[in-house]
Amino acid sequence: MDFLNAIILLLNYIFVPALAYGSQLALGAIFVTLIYGILRFANFATGDMMSFGTMVAILFTWYFQSLGISLGVLPTALLAIPLAVVFMILYMLTIDKFVFSYYRIKKSPPVQLAMVSIGVMFVTQAIVRIIIGPFDRRFFDGEKFIIKANQFKEMTGLNEGLTIKSTQVITIFLTIIVVSILFWFLNKTKTGKSMRAYSDNEDLALLSGIDPKRVVMITWMIAGILATIGGVLYGLDKSFKPFTYFNNMLPIFAAAIVGGIGNPFGAFLGGYVIAFSEIFLTYAYKKFFMYVLPESMEPNSLIQLLSTDYKFAVSFSILVVVLLFRPSGIFKGKIL
Amino acid sequence: MKQYANVITAYAIMISLIILVGIFQSWNIAFSIFNLCLISAVMTMGANIQWGYAGLINFGIMGYTALGGLAAVLVSVPPVREAWQVGGLSMLFCLLVIVLIVFSIRYVLKNFQKSKRKNIYIASIIIIGLIILRVVSGPAIHSIEAVEPAKTGFLGGLGLPIIFSWIVGAFFAGGLAYIVGKVALGLRADYLAIATLLISEIVIAVIKHEDWLARGVKNVIGLKRPVPYEVNLQSEQWFIDLVAKWNRGVLDLISTAEEKQAALSQLVIESSSVFVKICYSGLFLIVVIILLFITQKALYSPWGRMMRAIRDNEEAANAMGKNVVKQHLLIFILGSAIVGIAGAMMVTHDGLFTPGSYRPMRYTFLIWVMVIVGGSGNNFGAILGGFAVWFLWIEAAPIALFLINLFTSGLADTNTFKLHLIDSVPYFRFLMMGIGLLLIMRYRPKGILPEKINIK
Repeated sequence: MDFLNAIILLLNYIFVPALAYGSQLALGAIFVTLIYGILRFANFATGDMMSFGTMVAILFTWYFQSLGISLGVLPTALLAIPLAVVFMILYMLTIDKFVFSYYRIKKSPPVQLAMVSIGVMFVTQAIVRIIIGPFDRRFFDGEKFIIKANQFKEMTGLNEGLTIKSTQVITIFLTIIVVSILFWFLNKTKTGKSMRAYSDNEDLALLSGIDPKRVVMITWMIAGILATIGGVLYGLDKSFKPFTYFNNMLPIFAAAIVGGIGNPFGAFLGGYVIAFSEIFLTYAYKKFFMYVLPESMEPNSLIQLLSTDYKFAVSFSILVVVLLFRPSGIFKGKIL
Repeated sequence: MKQYANVITAYAIMISLIILVGIFQSWNIAFSIFNLCLISAVMTMGANIQWGYAGLINFGIMGYTALGGLAAVLVSVPPVREAWQVGGLSMLFCLLVIVLIVFSIRYVLKNFQKSKRKNIYIASIIIIGLIILRVVSGPAIHSIEAVEPAKTGFLGGLGLPIIFSWIVGAFFAGGLAYIVGKVALGLRADYLAIATLLISEIVIAVIKHEDWLARGVKNVIGLKRPVPYEVNLQSEQWFIDLVAKWNRGVLDLISTAEEKQAALSQLVIESSSVFVKICYSGLFLIVVIILLFITQKALYSPWGRMMRAIRDNEEAANAMGKNVVKQHLLIFILGSAIVGIAGAMMVTHDGLFTPGSYRPMRYTFLIWVMVIVGGSGNNFGAILGGFAVWFLWIEAAPIALFLINLFTSGLADTNTFKLHLIDSVPYFRFLMMGIGLLLIMRYRPKGILPEKINIK
């Protein structure tokens, strides 16, 4: 019984939250990696682009709510995602046309493109803050919990409760769908294959008649979908605040690089690596050991490897270690 | 003279803009803008040395700035004796342990062949070291933080004049740069950017959460100043005489003695804060001029030529027998040290250290905008970038407000759209920075004052 309790404890505090957080990071990391693999620069506007998409989704959510449209138990924001995606893609294509395409055609070094993306970051941040303001927004509606701690305790008769929020399930579910469609697209369709070819060797791809404009456009479209869905899911699960989204860029970068930048599958796994290690290392295991160990050996400290203040620092340290020992990432980068 | 024409014009415009602020807003604002412009200029020079001279991309400026600020605290705050008594020895022991760990790892790295055993040794040294650190420091930190947590709760500093911290800050930042450089300089440009950005976040996390070091997010306030305090100035006779002399024209217009006295004391209060700011400006100006002199000399020395050669063609420079790795590390340390000076100057100027306020937007990306806009590789350009961008950063809100009022003048004052725009005036600075950066990158990629190398 104690053993079961211990497992439920870990599930509740580590596994489920990390899985949800990891999915959100994974979507962002695939976004970063796609841009890096195909457009060949580190996009520092990642977090702010995600917040732009989320902002549009929130505006639509509010509009639907004012009309009285809702999805019942599901959050209304899910209904707003497709519309937000359209706006996000339009925004990205506009920026690409007026900003990035010039440097791409000139074949500027990646560093210059990264600098330009900082300019885009400033502009996007300003637009988001001017339109929706810098404040914390919660836009979740519908049923909040799938299983509540008390219900679970009653059902199973255990001491530890398991809480599963509906946003967590939605996050994991949507991520699986999006990512599997993406991998199917990249691996099986002709367009996806042409994108991978372009990422692998640009000149060779051009020689074999792949239209670079089309590849770039489709990349931005996929990026728009990923950015919006990732952003909305994060906002539903936690809350929407432009500054947090900007900060999320850092663990997302860490995830993309840990997984091997340019490799979408690596980025997908990288998201979970970062999320799990953040939560594993900062969780206080006292209660867990109280269940597992006999009473005489019960710990009297928190058994916490690192204080929760260092949550972000954990992922960055992992990144630094990975950069040092395997600069190409855990799963060889640069192959889409 | 002719080749400097655009430099002189650009600086003249900049200075006159600040003077205009002095005339139309107030001299107090003008001098605080000027002071922060000078600090930004120092930061920009540091970044410019790395990026402009050597092509190294350092997105960790925030971390070095914060370390400089930490130096200001550790140098100037008087030591907290009680905290030293309860936990000082243990913390010193921890320092010793860290040094031991580093040296034993170095020893293993040097004296063992590459094998699995070596890795196990290193891992076990680190793990044992961390456990010792945890066991020793845990109770010590607890008792240090318990010493008057509302006021101190940290070890305090050395109690020296804060000016020394400018040098100490440089050493702190340089030391961190040495470690970061050893670790990360081999990475490709954009990887280096991301790695430095993340390392600077780690530095901030440590400063924020290690309360025994500098009180963390509880902030250190009331740092000693290198210049007089306003309150003391207001009672000094020579200062009152000076103000009276300076404003003779205005005071003479007032007839009654009583009113004259009231006006004078008002003027004294106002001018005291301006005077303090002028003192800071003088100090900062000295730093900027010294740094400018040194960097200009370096740029035109054989060493500067070598750096440019390395920047423009690493392989060729390497083939000519230049030690690229060593020079990169050196310039990374030098640039970061200058940023550290700026960080210490900034805390000196503010008189408080607030780790929570270090954010990458303000301390890393804004500085990069300054470097790019000003002109990378050109010290005069870098300083100008610091001035122009900081000026715009501060004055963006008034400018935006003016523009909004201009464009929405047709709308009623109660119009929600207009009100919303006016509410979000502070965020227009991001918009201006972004658009400014994009325009400069597109149409003047070398900056306002481009790099110009004349071989004599």
